[in-house]
Amino acid sequence: MSQSDTLHALVPDLRAICGDDGVLTDTAQRRTYESDGITYHAELPGVVVLPTTPEQVAGVVRLCAEHGVPFVPRGSGTGLSAGALPRADGVLIVTSRMRRIIEIDIPNERAVVEPGVFNLDVTRAAAPHGYYYAPDPSSQQVCSVGGNIAENSGGAHCLKYGFTVNHVTGLQIVTPQGELVELGGKAADAPGYDLIGAFIGSEGTLGIATRITVRLLRSPQKVRTLLAAFDGMDAGGRAVSAVIGAGVLPAAIEMMDALAIEAAEAAVACRYPEGAGAVLIVELDGPAAEVDSQFEQVTRLCRDEGAFELRSADDPAERTTIWKGRKSAFAAVGRISPAYIVQDGVVPRTALGEVLGRIAALSAESGIRVANVFHAGDGNLHPLVLFDDAEPGAGDRAEAVSAAILDLCIEAGGSITGEHGVGVDKVCHMPDMFGPDDLAAMDRFRRAFDPQGIANPEKLLPTPRLCGERPGARKGVHPLVASGEAELF
Amino acid sequence: MAYPSESTEQAALAAHAPVRAATAADTAAGTAARLVAAPADAAAASALLGEAARLRLSVLPRGNGTKIDWGAPPRSCDLIIDTAALSGIDHAAGDLVVRAGAGTPFAELRRVLADAGQRLSVDEVVPGSTVGGVVATGVSGPRRMQHGPVRDLVIGMTVLGHDGVAASSGGRVVKNVAGYDLAKVQAGALGTLGLIASVTFRLHPVPPALRVVRAESDDPGAVGAWAAALRRSQVMPTAVELDWPGGGPLSLRVLLEGTGQGVAERADAVAAVLDGAKTEDAVPADWARPPGGPDDTLLEFAVPLAEVLPTAARLHDAGAAAGASVAVKGSAGCGVLYAAVPAGTAPDAVQRLLLLLRDGMAAGSATVRRAHPDLHAAGLEVWGEVPGLALMRAVKSGCDPDHRLSPGRFAGGL
Repeated sequence: MSQSDTLHALVPDLRAICGDDGVLTDTAQRRTYESDGITYHAELPGVVVLPTTPEQVAGVVRLCAEHGVPFVPRGSGTGLSAGALPRADGVLIVTSRMRRIIEIDIPNERAVVEPGVFNLDVTRAAAPHGYYYAPDPSSQQVCSVGGNIAENSGGAHCLKYGFTVNHVTGLQIVTPQGELVELGGKAADAPGYDLIGAFIGSEGTLGIATRITVRLLRSPQKVRTLLAAFDGMDAGGRAVSAVIGAGVLPAAIEMMDALAIEAAEAAVACRYPEGAGAVLIVELDGPAAEVDSQFEQVTRLCRDEGAFELRSADDPAERTTIWKGRKSAFAAVGRISPAYIVQDGVVPRTALGEVLGRIAALSAESGIRVANVFHAGDGNLHPLVLFDDAEPGAGDRAEAVSAAILDLCIEAGGSITGEHGVGVDKVCHMPDMFGPDDLAAMDRFRRAFDPQGIANPEKLLPTPRLCGERPGARKGVHPLVASGEAELF
Repeated sequence: MAYPSESTEQAALAAHAPVRAATAADTAAGTAARLVAAPADAAAASALLGEAARLRLSVLPRGNGTKIDWGAPPRSCDLIIDTAALSGIDHAAGDLVVRAGAGTPFAELRRVLADAGQRLSVDEVVPGSTVGGVVATGVSGPRRMQHGPVRDLVIGMTVLGHDGVAASSGGRVVKNVAGYDLAKVQAGALGTLGLIASVTFRLHPVPPALRVVRAESDDPGAVGAWAAALRRSQVMPTAVELDWPGGGPLSLRVLLEGTGQGVAERADAVAAVLDGAKTEDAVPADWARPPGGPDDTLLEFAVPLAEVLPTAARLHDAGAAAGASVAVKGSAGCGVLYAAVPAGTAPDAVQRLLLLLRDGMAAGSATVRRAHPDLHAAGLEVWGEVPGLALMRAVKSGCDPDHRLSPGRFAGGL
């Protein structure tokens, strides 16, 4: 029996598990799911299921495991690494019908939600009690908490508040063998290995989260936002260093360059100061007394570094105005370029200036425009590589610039992805960052969960089929001696 | 099969590191070791582990040995690997990041960072700990309330596997989602998944000002109400610590860190919530230490936030009824606390207290951190129920197929 026959033979069983309306086989319907946030990776899923309960998810996965059929989990499909790219020979398990907020438990500061719940809806449910859910990826209005688990999502405010992994105390998961397992709960520090910590950010390769217990934080007493305009990126970068160096930990520090500002102006008329070569957005939150004194300090530091205009926002409406340009930046670039690639590299913060300079040089040499929007506080760059997809070869040239930017990040001691994940998009860059032994350890971990290799296969870890054989893959012992890593102490 | 003689073994190991016969001091929770080796660096440790794998020796990594009795007794311990020489500090101050060798004394790391106005926001819970020991046991002190437990501050790790092969995960930047975060499972794994060679941490600047607000009461209900009121407030404490010695009143300490003016105003806000509050300018030297003495049985329990005081009270009352004066101390702010049952308490009484603790909680866990070998011999249930054990077993087998790394020290006999 061919793979597609195997899949078709499963359809009646899938219908028995998820109901007739929970299984999509029609081509037009399946087409809706052929890609996630990265549309240039597309594949028509073999079958799509829309389970409504953890038991249904477990039933579907069990069926896949029995027949050796791959499955791909998907939340809202907003991911930016093609982590939810479907498989023609597999089942796409979509959690969008699991959208209940099960409990808001204020005395214990927890929320229990299903994986399809929108990130922002957790905060909406907690807000009347004076609480919120901290991770705030830009797509928070539509991205799912389950997807955030898969990607270990951060957001603009993760500089101070951390990532999804720092905010989850309990997970119910369906393992790649189709078993429902409860890990942790409302209490911290579940006994045993921290499987929750390792599961978060595993991009659907270790199973599917079906119920999630998250921490809720008390809303800050005060929030103040500063917009500072500089002549150029150098001055802006120095201001960031000055703020961090002074011991201030803002909730967010974001920076945009002239091209990103131009795009944002064209799209949403955010009215950032005219002539700015760089704008910095610094947000401070916390107890009022702390925020006020730090705000003065940050304002002074920005001025010292040459900010020619400073605006402050103390209420939600003013804050929205300041954030509008930044939040719209990705989409706005569509106004000034027919197509673009978003990168997600990370550099040590002290290397920001140098790496930005080299990106500018790359752009000048190649004639390909690069707009920079980034989380300056933690060195997470989002260069937008602009190109015209109607022009032959332009996509490939943009892709080359994009890859060269990642190389710069790795060279500077950074990472190939700060928050978008590896997925399919960066899987062949993994060997640039990790050695064969590192990848082998990760692969062993994966197999502990998924011995059959059916959970979101060919994502996250490189395979020879996808990325070619790498020379020098080592088997055996004594790697430290061999690779001279004695200095690793 | 024929086992190599002890002297052949020792000679083979000695090619990679100085090896000596174990003494009476080289035990872990009552399990005696045979040999102790002290590799000069990570490369030597790697080679030593490779040799131990060929010789099929069970291996126990040891830092300064301050928590070597934590967990269950290892089933066997042929070789202790002393990590003292796997030391070194590589501080990237501008990036607020540090990499430290496993054997680096934790106090030394703190000193170096403090000189640069920075800190790793993990309190030294057990004095004399090494970096590797803190991470391998996952002990996290009062400041975990604001900064998270130690595993949250680890951004990269290099681990030597059962065969000595080094594997790294994470990196040197805080924001990084490339690959599995394997450091998460190593943190708190008590050396059962590998030997931690070096760890990279994210750091924080030392806040300019600090204030502690303290209040006492004999009534757990009143203290519980204070803790609840603090949660509803917006003062953002760095830590909320409960200290309830066996005899005497409960005290609650609220640590505030920030700017001078900020902490002053926040301290006033906290004082308004607590009854009879006193404000202090420093934390007591022992405030991060577990309660009780070194020979007491040390339990750890984690419960939902609103259950902290009721759980502590239940344990306290049950101890008193059994003639054991139980001391409770820990993070009321996170719901993770220690309890000390006095040394000499009968094993069945300790077991009953543990079961009462577990049975009484709607959610959470209670485990034995450290117990006298006699209690282990009497069958003390160290871990209780561990959900997800089948997955943990698979992870263990993947990392350590022959179960030679600290075998039996961890949950579920892993």
